[in-house]
Amino acid sequence: MSPTAMGLTTRQMARRAAQDISDGSYVNLGIGLPELIALFIPDDREIVLHIENGLLGMGPSPEPGKGDPELINAGKKQVTTRPGASYFHQADSFAMIRGGHLDLSVLGALEVAANGDLANWSTGGEHAIPAVGGAMDLVSGVKAVYVISRHCTRDGTPKLVERCSYPLTGAGVVDRVYTDLAVIDITAKGFEVVELSPGVSFDHVAARTAAPLRDARPA
Amino acid sequence: MIDKRVGSPGEAVAGIGDGDTVMIGGFGEAGSPIELIHALIDHGAANLTVISNNSGSGEIGLAALIRAGQVAKIVCSFPRSTNSTVFPDLFNAGRIQLELVPQGTLAERIRAGGAGIPAFYTPTAAGTDLEAGKERREFDGRPCLLEHALVADWSLIKARTADSHGNLVYNKTARNFSPLMAMAGRTTVVQASAVVEPGCLDPEAVITPGIFVDHVVHVPNPEHESELVARGARYP
Repeated sequence: MSPTAMGLTTRQMARRAAQDISDGSYVNLGIGLPELIALFIPDDREIVLHIENGLLGMGPSPEPGKGDPELINAGKKQVTTRPGASYFHQADSFAMIRGGHLDLSVLGALEVAANGDLANWSTGGEHAIPAVGGAMDLVSGVKAVYVISRHCTRDGTPKLVERCSYPLTGAGVVDRVYTDLAVIDITAKGFEVVELSPGVSFDHVAARTAAPLRDARPA
Repeated sequence: MIDKRVGSPGEAVAGIGDGDTVMIGGFGEAGSPIELIHALIDHGAANLTVISNNSGSGEIGLAALIRAGQVAKIVCSFPRSTNSTVFPDLFNAGRIQLELVPQGTLAERIRAGGAGIPAFYTPTAAGTDLEAGKERREFDGRPCLLEHALVADWSLIKARTADSHGNLVYNKTARNFSPLMAMAGRTTVVQASAVVEPGCLDPEAVITPGIFVDHVVHVPNPEHESELVARGARYP
């Protein structure tokens, strides 16, 4: 069975995660899959998106030819602003992050451990260029840290593990994980499944998780 | 009379010496002072330490300065780019040193340098590989690392509008590190798209007060890194 035969697509994952972002929150979305969440914010909620290079109130991509090369997001793609937006320098931007002013950070992951450790910045490979950006600041300061990621790598290796093998971004920082298979909280008891994707069984998720998994779904 | 205007980018960077530390503003292309960097390539100062968030794109701007062999060390949070192999090639060949710093720590180290704070504790990177060699202390039970301030001999930054006193207004997310670097540079050089007389900028809207700025160069239509990279430009 291919890893994509069951569970959510990446867009469905982003849509699922977007449902849990409360009205009025200030949120930083990481580069890649987390960015997709912005497309699925429910219409009745106002969420202020923070980008660490200096903007609160990020809007969608500009129409072709209408962008400004000096209005970009952390992934260096052109963006727009929403009414109520503000610009600021890097020390203020990271004061928002480190100072606990942001409500939520959603990041991608190479690995997440049952104790909340996150590895998402380096594979530690011999010729890999180490590049960390703002990830370590985000996990050290933002009130809640969620991860959105496929449950396993392309070759089927579980990303939810007992202990991370890649270099850590932060120790004990992740609160919740959204995967194609399930929504999983990280508590003092480790990984707890709070929701399964449609058609996915608990045993299917447990077989693809390299750490003990508790079933904490509401009865 | 205060008038910080100088005639050309070349004139503005002429004092940069071999072995100097140079802060260069910008996050990706937004705020990168390309014309000042190219003037520094023409000038030829070598063995530089560069402090900048990224390591450049394509073969222009900061990437071109690195390719020219003028940079011995870079202090940086994200020295990786989808469209440049200049830094990775030199790094893997052992020909350039890297001090990797989390982005918020980099910003705060520069701010501290400009503000006269020699060092500070931060929780960022505690418990990670980037803790190596740093003093650790717990505050309220939380591990924190001692980080030292950064200052530079020179800061090269870009603004949208400057007046002849060096008061600055930036453009959108091009502001990023520039106000901090303006404070932390012993000599700060600004390239501005517009240069106006004192009194033309609303004092309430000034982002960087002129006290932090030494030289202002008028560069009316600055190049954009992405456009140069898209057409395969190289400098020189």
